[in-house]
Amino acid sequence: MYEVLKNMELAPKIRLFEVYAPEMAEKAKPGQFVIVIIDEKGERIPLTLAGYDAENGTITFVFNEVGKTTKQLGILREGDSIWNITGPLGNPSEIRNFGRVLCVAGGVMIAPMLLQVKALREAGNTIVTAIGARIEELLFFEEEVKALSHEFYVATDDGSKSYKGLDFLRQILAKKKFDRCVSMGPVVMMKNVSEITKPFGIPTVVTLTPIMVDGMGMCGVCRVTVGGKMMFGCVDGPEFDGHQVDFDGLIKRQRMFLPEERLSALLWELQGGCECGRKQA
Amino acid sequence: MAESKPKPKIKKESVPILKQKPEDRRRNFNEVALGYTEEQTLEEASRCLQCPKPQCIQGCPVEIEIPAFIKLLREGQYEEAIAKIKEKNSLPAICGRVCPQEEQCQKFCVVGKVGEPISIGRLERFLADWERDRGFAMPKKPPATGKSVAVIGAGPAGLTVAADLAKLGHKVVIFEALHLPGGVLVYGIPEFRLPKKIVQAEVDYIQKLGAELKLGYLIGRTYTIPELLKERGFDAAFIGTGAGLPAFMNVPGENLGGIYSASEFLIRVNLMKSYAFPEYDTPIRIGKHVVVIGGGNVAMDSARSALRLGAEEVCIVYRRSREELPARREEVENAEEEGIICKFLATPTRFIGDEKGWVRQMECICMELGAPDDSGRRRPVPVKGSEFIMDTDTAVVAIGRSPNPIIQRTTGGLEVTRRGTIVAEENGKTSLEGVYAGGDIVTGEATVISAMGAGKKAAKAIHEYLTKKPFA
Repeated sequence: MYEVLKNMELAPKIRLFEVYAPEMAEKAKPGQFVIVIIDEKGERIPLTLAGYDAENGTITFVFNEVGKTTKQLGILREGDSIWNITGPLGNPSEIRNFGRVLCVAGGVMIAPMLLQVKALREAGNTIVTAIGARIEELLFFEEEVKALSHEFYVATDDGSKSYKGLDFLRQILAKKKFDRCVSMGPVVMMKNVSEITKPFGIPTVVTLTPIMVDGMGMCGVCRVTVGGKMMFGCVDGPEFDGHQVDFDGLIKRQRMFLPEERLSALLWELQGGCECGRKQA
Repeated sequence: MAESKPKPKIKKESVPILKQKPEDRRRNFNEVALGYTEEQTLEEASRCLQCPKPQCIQGCPVEIEIPAFIKLLREGQYEEAIAKIKEKNSLPAICGRVCPQEEQCQKFCVVGKVGEPISIGRLERFLADWERDRGFAMPKKPPATGKSVAVIGAGPAGLTVAADLAKLGHKVVIFEALHLPGGVLVYGIPEFRLPKKIVQAEVDYIQKLGAELKLGYLIGRTYTIPELLKERGFDAAFIGTGAGLPAFMNVPGENLGGIYSASEFLIRVNLMKSYAFPEYDTPIRIGKHVVVIGGGNVAMDSARSALRLGAEEVCIVYRRSREELPARREEVENAEEEGIICKFLATPTRFIGDEKGWVRQMECICMELGAPDDSGRRRPVPVKGSEFIMDTDTAVVAIGRSPNPIIQRTTGGLEVTRRGTIVAEENGKTSLEGVYAGGDIVTGEATVISAMGAGKKAAKAIHEYLTKKPFA
């Protein structure tokens, strides 16, 4: 059992959890993830780490309340427990002084990107960051990311704040030489970023979050084609060369269980699962 | 009183086991084989010749004294009989169900030379179930030795090592990466062959012996082996992490929706209980036309699970012929009785999907058997131009599993083979001091009982290592 120490809303339907897990906190590194099982009947879902604090024994992750499990997580109160968490899993990010690094993050993945930016900055890199969301209201951590970046940009899908879409990145890349690009976010966004950086020849690392069950190499549901070869997101990743990933194949695989996921969430809501009074907490 | 000793008459047929009827069981996950009643057990036990030079024991990887336990059983001394088994085997309810006895003890049974061998596994199962129903007798706890052992993996090998070392008074901590203990017994073998409550009961027993169980610890990530030994104060470690990495065929279309590795399919169904979705959160989708590729027990388990999940038609596609099927004959018979179709001498060449990325058809090519290969079996060779198409909306790839690489990648100095298995001596000793290994991680994919046999040997070696004196 893992105690929830903090449950905070960062933006509508986006929540940050701080959980007491001292052994994981001591071991975690940027780029790794954990598998969370909420209770005995729960599914195993992977969540990218957004922080860890060895001193206080905590790990942090941020998620979107979209499916049954994440909605059910969302209503947990501080002091409640999560049945099982396994981690840290996956290979840690490569962190060293690359030179000038472009960091592009979208949606909930802005949170783990903050961790990347911190580590890359500490390693001596010059950091240019772009964060984005569908609409302005879904942005968070702007100030925190900005404070660690040498240059900072914001984009929204609808243009409700700052740049509309990611096309502006081309101008940034045209002006200065970049040594690396790190991208975390929705698959479509990472595909887009990889297409933008490719003509500039910038090595681009994307963090994949495919469907997983065990998260440690056993089931193969997270398989993705990279450079024509079959890779497992969990043990070979989660970071891969964005110029080699078959994003279209990945998008299809991520949608595999959509009808079941919708049914599960709907039934849970109909049974009153979401009425447990999170606001009163 | 008889005047002269009557010549023993051997009953040639063993007592048949009761099973759920095929038409019933094909749609439920309840156990198929119902086990012997007490009366049937005694009748079957009475067939044993109590050979002065028993042959059966050599077939048992953990060397259970089979005639001795059968004698006690016949005399009605059930408690002593199960204790006799447990001297060598801590997981009898499991072995009584899933051991391939026909290849092991029963293969050597002398009665088997004139008729059907004694059904040793069914006798073992009866005693184990009898004991579980009335509550386990606990062996006396020995004094603590002050030594501690980290056991990595709560599968058949790890559980055996843990039980044996705990019984000797060592402190044992089992690190299991998944959220439930049992390894392949819970994620691989289906409920209808091995009810999960039986696995849980045997694990409870091992915990009562004093072993501590830590779930959700992936060694290699949370702690590495060197950290366990140097920083966490363990005196020795045993690696029993099994063969968990699924193999794929590398044919076009294999990433389409609806195509599962057998591991994924069985993990969803067994470990995550997706047959009870949406009560349990993990979904699984089964189409009308299910194909399972492969011919081992895992293929049979997958096919029979698919049927129970509501498939209209389940077809096993195997590249060799019936004679080469690696699955237990009993399981093949069970599968066919339930209506599963076996298509021999064919192998997939590609999968064809729809616009949504979901599998719709599988193209196969016919095979014929050529000259024998390294395994001694005749090698299947494709027949040119013999391609055919099968309607397929779910496919399960059950062509084998390889060792999980995480520990090998994170343990410096640990000698590993080209296939990714850990190099270990007969007693489990690896290239690192105090580190032992056994089961599928050393041999590649094999059986539950062979992993337990390796666990036995390793436990003995670890005890000797810890006490620097030979095993009593």
